Amino acid sequence: MPNRVPVLKTYKTYVGGKFPRSESGRTYAIKNNKDKPVANACRCTRKDVRDAVLAAKSAFGGWQNRSAYNRGQILYRMGEMLEGRKTQFIEELTARGGKEKQALHEVEASIDRFIYYAGWTDKIAQVFGTINPVASPHFNFSSPEPTGIVGVISPEDHPLLSVVSLMAPVIAGGNTCVLLAPQFNPLPAVSLGEVLQSSDLPGGVVNILSGYHNEMTDHLTSHMDVNAILNASGDKSLRKLYDENGSISVKRVKHYVPENWLSESVEDPYLIQEFMEIKTTWHPVGM
Amino acid sequence: MSEKTGTNITKAANGSPKPSSPNSDLKNEFAAFLNYAPAPESSEHIEIKDRYQHFIDGDFTEPVKNRYFKSINPATEAVLSEFAEGTSEDVDAAVKAARKAYDKQWSVLSGKERGKYIFRIARMIQERSRELAITETMDGGKPIRESRDVDVPLAAAYFFYYAGWADKLKYAFPGKTPVPVGVCGQIIPWNFPLLMLSWKIAPALAAGNTVVLKPAETTPLTALKFAEICRDAGLPKGVVNIVTGAGQTGAALVDHPDVDKIAFTGSTEVGKIIQKSLAGTSKKYSLELGGKGPNIVYDDAPVDQAVEGVINAIFFNQGHVCCAGSRLLVQEGIAEKLIEKLKARMDSLIVGDPLDKNTDIGAINSKMQFEKIEKYIEIGKNEGAEFYQSSSELPSNGFFCKPTIFTGVSQSNRIVQEEIFGPVLTIQTFRTPQEAIEKANNTPYGLASGVWTDKGSKIFETGKSVRSGVMWSNTYNKFDPTSPFGGYKESGIGREGGLHGLYPYVNLGH
Repeated sequence: MPNRVPVLKTYKTYVGGKFPRSESGRTYAIKNNKDKPVANACRCTRKDVRDAVLAAKSAFGGWQNRSAYNRGQILYRMGEMLEGRKTQFIEELTARGGKEKQALHEVEASIDRFIYYAGWTDKIAQVFGTINPVASPHFNFSSPEPTGIVGVISPEDHPLLSVVSLMAPVIAGGNTCVLLAPQFNPLPAVSLGEVLQSSDLPGGVVNILSGYHNEMTDHLTSHMDVNAILNASGDKSLRKLYDENGSISVKRVKHYVPENWLSESVEDPYLIQEFMEIKTTWHPVGM
Repeated sequence: MSEKTGTNITKAANGSPKPSSPNSDLKNEFAAFLNYAPAPESSEHIEIKDRYQHFIDGDFTEPVKNRYFKSINPATEAVLSEFAEGTSEDVDAAVKAARKAYDKQWSVLSGKERGKYIFRIARMIQERSRELAITETMDGGKPIRESRDVDVPLAAAYFFYYAGWADKLKYAFPGKTPVPVGVCGQIIPWNFPLLMLSWKIAPALAAGNTVVLKPAETTPLTALKFAEICRDAGLPKGVVNIVTGAGQTGAALVDHPDVDKIAFTGSTEVGKIIQKSLAGTSKKYSLELGGKGPNIVYDDAPVDQAVEGVINAIFFNQGHVCCAGSRLLVQEGIAEKLIEKLKARMDSLIVGDPLDKNTDIGAINSKMQFEKIEKYIEIGKNEGAEFYQSSSELPSNGFFCKPTIFTGVSQSNRIVQEEIFGPVLTIQTFRTPQEAIEKANNTPYGLASGVWTDKGSKIFETGKSVRSGVMWSNTYNKFDPTSPFGGYKESGIGREGGLHGLYPYVNLGH
């Protein structure tokens, strides 16, 4: 038996391109299916949500103005970096007792999902934009622009794949986001921050917080600088709260609970569209 | 108010008028003695019944509680007609009719046949356009020139445009199979009564839905005439239902459990209440809410065109326009000249009888709205802004407001931040394009904006940076059925018009 003591990882959050601990300094234990603690994760609360929204807001202008080509390259790079770290994510996915084969499948599907959305960034305006033949002498066109800052609430199942499947369409369109990691196994989501940071993704485009959802979602969904909510939590009893909070500032609230995260039907350009605004530009035509 | 013409009154260094185009001095002299003779549109042949009932299941139906409101002409304060006050019982009857029509008729009809009914409606609006325009002007106070040349022809055009989509929906949503949502509850405002009705009903029917529509309580008449059109067009009973009433009627529609989708156009305040009351339900909704449109004039803009554009942006339809260019942002170098021209042009606007074909600015839609505008003018004065009103003469009866501008305002002033919905313009100056963009984006709204410059690259940079659903460059307040309309931020959710206007009325399967 080897007598080397393994080095355990401290899981932190990913905000503004950095890895801060939660503002309160509190953590909570992540337990495996035998109720044995396997790691500690940051227990983020209101102040962390605010800091993350601020980071997302600061990053929005820059990310929106990146060329679609560049955003596609960065999303592709995210897939590349994840491919190189498969082993780490398989370990984190199995930490709570999952099967290794399933974990591998999930990591590979996550990589493919990044690649899928990487390819959409420079096509979305072509597929969903229009030139409008108005009856007056004007040139008129409509094209999608990002809605802004999106609050993403992750589900508990497929804690890597679901997070990737929610994040990728949101940022592909040029939005920035604050993502709440799955509560019971936030480890893959939090580690994904390391993948993002080494993928040339500007800091603040994706911000990942861990903690108890009921200590964060109320603040996230009612924050005035958040423009949209993507809620993938299966808990239907919370929808009313999120919807009501959304109405405070006319947020776009999308409840999205696919039956199977592994299914290809989750790959959907209309999900990108949910977080885009159509802008229509007019100009007179004449000499 | 064409964007291609302009007034040409500037002052030379010595203060005497200086022509800025070969004929401008001529126009200036004309202005001194130019007086338009009255040219009222006759309303004698217009039949407005003394009393209108709800239109439910293909028939005009007495309201269950038998209560009626009065609709007045805001230009004369005379009562035009009475219309039913819808209660939850009436709304329920209308929703049931719409559900039955959806299940039994409309959803089983082919897109092609559906389209033909909608085309028929478009044609009948055209046939009755004169009557509809005059009714619109009498009921709502807008100048006949606008209802005749904008509201009614556009309403017909929206039906004509969406009629053609009815059998082509599969081309609108690549990779998906669109299915209708079901029964749509639609609530529309009083500023463009028939036009807003067309924005709502045309795409809903084309996508295969049935509707219950509630017009605004100050302007129900053209919607009720539209009901006659549906009946005369042989539209299957219950496909279109019109329930009249005020806020409570709208709330009953929003809360009805068998409504699948709500479409609302109106204030952000009410929009938030609706969004909140839909919380936790599976109802779809689209909201087209308020605005505080920035109209940015750069110093290289053609000034005369820009002045016309600014006038059209804020004074079109008495400023009762959610996308009105109510905040003028003008670059410092040309501010003085532009404001001077703007004042001169304001003085030439004719405020008065909406039925007169010369009238530029008609009546404020209601007493309530009139008082709101007056209140904001007081707020503006108290906030220390400089105030100018045109020299226009006002009629002695009815609700009228002179074109008004405020200069010397700051970004945090209430009259800069809040939607007034009247002929009141605030004017701010800026030095750099960056400053203009920051000011433009610094309200909770994001519906529409304008930019005036001779430089194309500047248009695109400004257009990209200002967060609003519509960007009018070197023009303002243009509408077309093919052109999507709707807001960012607190100005709403979803788009109306164009291909994108179909989205709120379909569910997308795989």
